[in-house]
Amino acid sequence: MLDDFFTRALVAGIGLALVAGPLGCFVVWRRMAYFGDTMAHSALLGVALSFLFEINLMAGVFIIAALASLALLFLQRQGALSTDALLGILSHSTLALGLVMVAFMSWIRIDLMGFLFGDILAVSRLDIAMIYGGGALVLAVLAWLWRPLLTATVNPEIAEAEGLRPERARFVFMLLMAAIIAIAMKIVGILLITSLLIIPAAAGRRFAATPEIMAVAASIAGTLAVVGGLSASLHFDTPSGPSIVVAALCLFLVSLVRAPQWQRSE
Amino acid sequence: MTLHIVALRYNVCDTGWQEREARMLQFMADSGGMLVEMENAGVRRSGRWLVRGVDLAVRRGEIVTLIGPNGSGKSTTAKIAIGVLKPDEGTVRRKRTLKVGYVPQKVTVDWTLPLTIERLMRLTGPLEDAQIAEALAAVGIAHLARAEVQRLSGGEFQRALVARALARQPDLLVLDEPVQGVDFSGEIALYQLIREIRDRTGCGILLISHDLHVVMAETDTVICLNGHVCCRGTPENVIRSPEYLRLFGTRAGETLAFYRHHHDHTRLADGRVRLADGTIADHCDAPCDQGMEEQVAEKHDAR
Repeated sequence: MLDDFFTRALVAGIGLALVAGPLGCFVVWRRMAYFGDTMAHSALLGVALSFLFEINLMAGVFIIAALASLALLFLQRQGALSTDALLGILSHSTLALGLVMVAFMSWIRIDLMGFLFGDILAVSRLDIAMIYGGGALVLAVLAWLWRPLLTATVNPEIAEAEGLRPERARFVFMLLMAAIIAIAMKIVGILLITSLLIIPAAAGRRFAATPEIMAVAASIAGTLAVVGGLSASLHFDTPSGPSIVVAALCLFLVSLVRAPQWQRSE
Repeated sequence: MTLHIVALRYNVCDTGWQEREARMLQFMADSGGMLVEMENAGVRRSGRWLVRGVDLAVRRGEIVTLIGPNGSGKSTTAKIAIGVLKPDEGTVRRKRTLKVGYVPQKVTVDWTLPLTIERLMRLTGPLEDAQIAEALAAVGIAHLARAEVQRLSGGEFQRALVARALARQPDLLVLDEPVQGVDFSGEIALYQLIREIRDRTGCGILLISHDLHVVMAETDTVICLNGHVCCRGTPENVIRSPEYLRLFGTRAGETLAFYRHHHDHTRLADGRVRLADGTIADHCDAPCDQGMEEQVAEKHDAR
C-alpha cells in the first residue's frame, strides 16, 4: 500500500495533522504564532548545520529550533527589546544565516524549494516511521503536560501557587514545538509550518466548548485539510504544501461563515 | 527516634542537614498549625524594593487580612507567601505539602480558549460534579455552570474564581481582592462565606483588600502595608473604635463604614521611610492609630 507515493504522502500528512492539532491550539491560546514562526525559520539554519556536520537532518533541525527558543527566552529576560522586535530579529537572521551557509556549501546540492515549501510527495517509509514515532511521543508528552500547561495558559500564577510548575511546562512545550517543526519540515516546508499549527486550531474553535474538544476538532480539521489539499494537488498539479494550507484556509473561512456570533464578547 | 531516622536519611548527601533539620524541628515545635511564615521578606525589581521587611504568619483557622493603598505591596506579599515570587531578602517557610487555593488579582482568559465555568473549576485538579455544584451554589452562580467564562460579567467571573479556589479544599486560601466587581450585597455574602469556609474546614486564609470596609469583622489579624509593615494586630487594635466595630459587626447589612488611612510617611526606594517630621527611619514605628483618621458614617435603613 505504501508503495504508492500519493498514499505515502497522505499517511504522512494525516499523521502530522493529528499531532499539529492539539499543539496548534496552545500556540493560538498562548498567542505564540510569531514565536512558532521564528522557531520554524531557524530550521533552515538547522538544515545547513546538519549538512555541514553530517548529522541527521531532523535531529539538527530539532536542536537548532530548541536553541532558538532558548535564545529568545534569554533575550526576553534581558529586556533590552520588545518581544516583537526580538522575534523579528531572530526569525529572519536565522533564516538568512541558513541561506548564506547553504550558498557557501558548494559541494552539496540542496533542494532549497523543498525545504522552504515542503516536498510531501517525496516522503519515504522512514519519514513515515519518524512522523508516527515522533508524533506519538509528542502527543504522549503533551497529554502528560496538559493540566499544568493549560493552567499556565489561563494564569501562570495560579499554576505556580497550586504546585503545577508552569516554568517547566513552558520549557517542555518549547521542546515539543521544536520536535513538530523537525517532523513537519519535509511535509509543508519551513515557511508554512506555523499555518498547519494555527489554521486548523482556529477553524476548530467554533465547534468547541472545552479546550479538549477544540484540540480534537483541530486535529480533524487538519486531517481534512491534508486530504483535501493533497487531492487538489494531484488533480490540479499544484505544489502539495501550499495546497494543504489553502485547503485549511477554506475550512477556516467556512467555520467563520457558519458562526456569525463568533466575536469577542467584550 | 523520629529525629534519628530523618537525620540518617539526610546525612548521606547533604552536609547542611544538621542546621536545616534543627530549623525544621524548631519550626514544627513552635508552629501550632502553622501554614506559612515569612520573616523579614522583601522583593526588589530593577533596583526598587516592591516590599521589604515583612513578617507574616498564617496558621490553620486564621484569617489574616492585608490592607494598604495601591502599590503598597499587598499582592507582592501574598505572592511571596505562596511561592509565586521568591524573596530577594528574608525567609519564607511553608508547611510541607501545603495545598493552596489562589484567586489572583487579575485573570484574563484569551477569547480563543473555550472554557466553561465547569471546566475552569477542574483546571488544577479533578473534582466531583457534586463538589462543583456545591461550590458554585455557595457563591451564588449555580445557574452559570455551563457558561463560557468570556461571556461572564466581572462580578460573576470573580465569584467563579473564588468557587474554584474553595472547591479544591485548600489548607491555605489566598484571595487577592476577591470581591472586585461584585455588587455590595454579594460582597458581604462572599465575606461571610469566606468565614464560614474557615469555620467549617479550618483552613487558613490570607485576604487582600484595599481597605477594611466589610472585611474586618471576619478577620483575626490585620496587617497594614505600605511597602513595609506599618502596623498589625487584631482589627480592634488596628482601629480602636468600639463603636465602629459594633456598628460594623452587627449591622453589616444596613451600615456602610468608611475607614481611611492617611499615610504620614513616604516610602523611599531602599525600603526605608521618611516620616512626617522629615527624618528617615527603617520602619514607621508610630502606632497605627496616630496616622489614621477614622470616620464612621451610618446609613440608616431607608425604610
